[in-house]
Amino acid sequence: MSAITADLISSHQLTHDEYERICRILGREPNLTELGIFSVMWSEHCSYKSSKRHLKKLPTESKHVLQGPGENAGIIDIGQGWAIAFKIESHNHPSFIEPFQGAATGVGGILRDIFTMGARPIAVMDALRFGPLEDPKAGARNRRIVEGVVSGIAHYGNCFGVPTVGGECVFDPSYNGNPLVNVFALGLFRHDEIFYGRASGVGNPVIYVGAKTGRDGIHGASMASAEFTEESKQKRPNVQVGDPFMEKLLLEACLEAMRTGAIVGIQDMGAAGLTCSTCEMGSRAGTGIEIDLMHVPQRETGMTPYEIMLSESQERMLLVAENGREEEVFAVFRKWGLDAVEIGHVTGDGILRVKDHGKVVAEIPNRPLADEAPLYDRPYTTPYRPAPMEGPSFVTAGIQEDLKMLLASGDLCSKRWIWEQYDYMVRTNTLQGPGADAAIVRIKDTGISIAMSLDGNGRYCMLSPREGTKLIVAECCRNLSVAGALPVAATNNLNFGNPERPEIMAQLVESIEGMAEACRFFETPITGGNVSLYNETLGEPIHPSPVVGIVGLMHTGEPAGIAFRNADRAVLLVGGIGDCDAVRFGGTQYASVVVGKVWGLPPALDMDFEKRVQAAAREMVSAGMAESAHDIGQGGLAVALAECCFGLGVGAEITLDSELRPEYLLFHEGPSRVVISTNNEEAIVEVAKRHNVPVVRIGTTWEKTLSISNRGVRLATMEVEALRESWENALPAKLSVS
Amino acid sequence: MKFGVVVFPGSNCDHDAWYAVTRNLGQQAEFVWHDSNRLGDVDAVILPGGFSYGDYLRCGAIAKFSPVMGAVKKFAADGGLVAGICNGFQILVESGLLPGALVRNAGLKFRCMELQLTVATSDSPFTNACRKGDVLRVPIAHGEGCYVAEERVLDELEAEDRIAFRYVKNPNGSQRDIAGVLNRGRNVLGMMPHPERAADPLMGSLDGLSVFTSMVAAAALKK
Repeated sequence: MSAITADLISSHQLTHDEYERICRILGREPNLTELGIFSVMWSEHCSYKSSKRHLKKLPTESKHVLQGPGENAGIIDIGQGWAIAFKIESHNHPSFIEPFQGAATGVGGILRDIFTMGARPIAVMDALRFGPLEDPKAGARNRRIVEGVVSGIAHYGNCFGVPTVGGECVFDPSYNGNPLVNVFALGLFRHDEIFYGRASGVGNPVIYVGAKTGRDGIHGASMASAEFTEESKQKRPNVQVGDPFMEKLLLEACLEAMRTGAIVGIQDMGAAGLTCSTCEMGSRAGTGIEIDLMHVPQRETGMTPYEIMLSESQERMLLVAENGREEEVFAVFRKWGLDAVEIGHVTGDGILRVKDHGKVVAEIPNRPLADEAPLYDRPYTTPYRPAPMEGPSFVTAGIQEDLKMLLASGDLCSKRWIWEQYDYMVRTNTLQGPGADAAIVRIKDTGISIAMSLDGNGRYCMLSPREGTKLIVAECCRNLSVAGALPVAATNNLNFGNPERPEIMAQLVESIEGMAEACRFFETPITGGNVSLYNETLGEPIHPSPVVGIVGLMHTGEPAGIAFRNADRAVLLVGGIGDCDAVRFGGTQYASVVVGKVWGLPPALDMDFEKRVQAAAREMVSAGMAESAHDIGQGGLAVALAECCFGLGVGAEITLDSELRPEYLLFHEGPSRVVISTNNEEAIVEVAKRHNVPVVRIGTTWEKTLSISNRGVRLATMEVEALRESWENALPAKLSVS
Repeated sequence: MKFGVVVFPGSNCDHDAWYAVTRNLGQQAEFVWHDSNRLGDVDAVILPGGFSYGDYLRCGAIAKFSPVMGAVKKFAADGGLVAGICNGFQILVESGLLPGALVRNAGLKFRCMELQLTVATSDSPFTNACRKGDVLRVPIAHGEGCYVAEERVLDELEAEDRIAFRYVKNPNGSQRDIAGVLNRGRNVLGMMPHPERAADPLMGSLDGLSVFTSMVAAAALKK
């Protein structure tokens, strides 16, 4: 047996203390295979060792929640015996190293998390962060990454047959060396169709199904738990290769096999592959698992036990069947042309025992391996904040030019180039697809629809992780509310830098605390999610980038949508004009794009007021009083109004009455505001009054131009079509620079 | 009337087609598995969209060898109605049931969008519910939908009135804006756009239903 050296320990990213703990658990020194197994299970990616004690602060329960964190995905009840499973997961590091496959397998991984529970995936969304496309140094690489990531997502999702219904895409220099690819998936099933990853029943066979095991992805989980260095690029062979067709077969076969009633438990092989699935399934059920690697289907010859246990080859599942009913399971997989092999059985001793041709090569107690990774209370100080509190003085060179510039900027321009590559309609349930505040997917023949939205804002969170994260949760709930849906549950993806740096750890802690407060207040418990740390390249951290995905429930019906539909409608601002000052303006898109600086604090949020605005907007939309409804977010009022005009080319004459300076008035990003067009102004005013929310009439829709004035001073008059073209063409133009 | 919806491994618009003809149209439908060499008692066949066998080779190139395609060929030869949608169209050209080929979109990207089609002929079992020149709103979703054929073949298609649909604004570089074609017997249609996605009031358009109502009318006439 090879001796474990200090070098070997550190190359597995284990500390000396962690190694000693392993020796205590085993009562001896581990062999190399065991060391590898511990290193992946105790990696940040799998064990959440830096974040777990803070994640406990998040609310996880409500009357809707059937399954909270800890399983492959959270589950909520949506009524009539139906339930949905949903979760978000990151594939940041692989997507930087190999954008196409990195993003594709990110989609594949989260889809497996959903259907391993028995749910059929019905929607996907993506939150993407890239370095700026026009960056003088990194621009060319950033453009390649965008092309690769988007086509990778399209390739996998389209072929698998799940609609990609929404998401968001943001550009910032902090993502130059570290793009973020967070994928959200949601699946549908009946309450009595839920499956868990539990290896129950001593003597039951353990069955391996799906793709063969190769050398790809070995140490993916620990790669995702380290900073990027110059050597990282050499890790390309670590990135897995996805086969969406195999995954589609696996989906159909697994759901069909589940219907036989012969399956006891099932789990996908994702990060840490066979290792993770065996020890977690055993640990959850309080059992042991014994497997012999000679039965594992292998793509390459001469693979060692170490390689087989750590491989992250895609499209594989592990399941436990009822003893004596294996043949029913095998028959289904044969029908779909997939490998299904018995590789071992469930034992009563709580040990993960791995054999190779009968010889024991690893023997580890399941529970300490899966659930007793060392937890760290990493020190934290005050959050890293590379921005001043005071900003420069500035005066607009022309509101009209400012608006044009903002609408053509990376974050605010049309993302059609991206979402047209995604099949967002397959399954014929998409009532509202990409480009809206929230995506809406109906559940056929039930009258129930699910609204969903993904939101993040790294700039706000850089200025204040706590306030920024609360704003994200508020905005996400607002997006659902303007669609007419009631937000009910959330999933989170926490993308941060190196937690071993106290000022980065402080970002993480404050962000989680802000999220906990907001999710509790908006009654959207976190049912699961993902933590991605060490998002740094050469010591430069990304902006703290928590992303939340929130789902809401509503009755099926024609959505109101963002777009003004008709001329001669009242344009109302529910929630009022809002307020802003120099410090609170520093986090806006205007500050970043037009002034070229970021400073101060994110906009102020009054959660109680926000909740009332949301309730009012939800009522207005679901009662059909609003012909259109759009949340005011990044870019402020003027950008929101332009977006309302773009959909159908209907313009508006906006006449404001405010003492705010024009830049603040039109571009501040104060939350709790919704633009509504209606032919029933009285009803809207009545609802607003009942919710104790101000509503201001700011204008009237009309043909073809967007005109804005304040107190008699004309600020902008623009042709909607010309403005729409520059908004629409901006992204393709940025990408085609060579 | 009973539709048979063929399911290949990798088909992913099979349920959508099934839903459109049963729930939206009120007809009967059943799924036909790819390794079956019989179609049963169906009155018409739909080859749905998707990525049959993964389509890692040319789209539809593997599907043409599946047992069910033998049955489909025989069904078509006997005058049965066969509609291939998206991947189904690709399979029909690969199988030689329709002329031409479908290659990568001119922009080299997958494109999913709503667009407008003109009905180029009403003289077919798939368009008899329309008038020539009608404009339909139907979505597309494909990466390899650029229709190409030799000039001679294109001339022939036009001369024989076998172009079923044309794009109003060509999204993929298809020659002569072709979105759908008929075989010489006019009982086999291939089209890249997805009529089954425009068959429900909540999906934003009902225009796609006319393809299926035309088929129902044609089948009734035959009986």
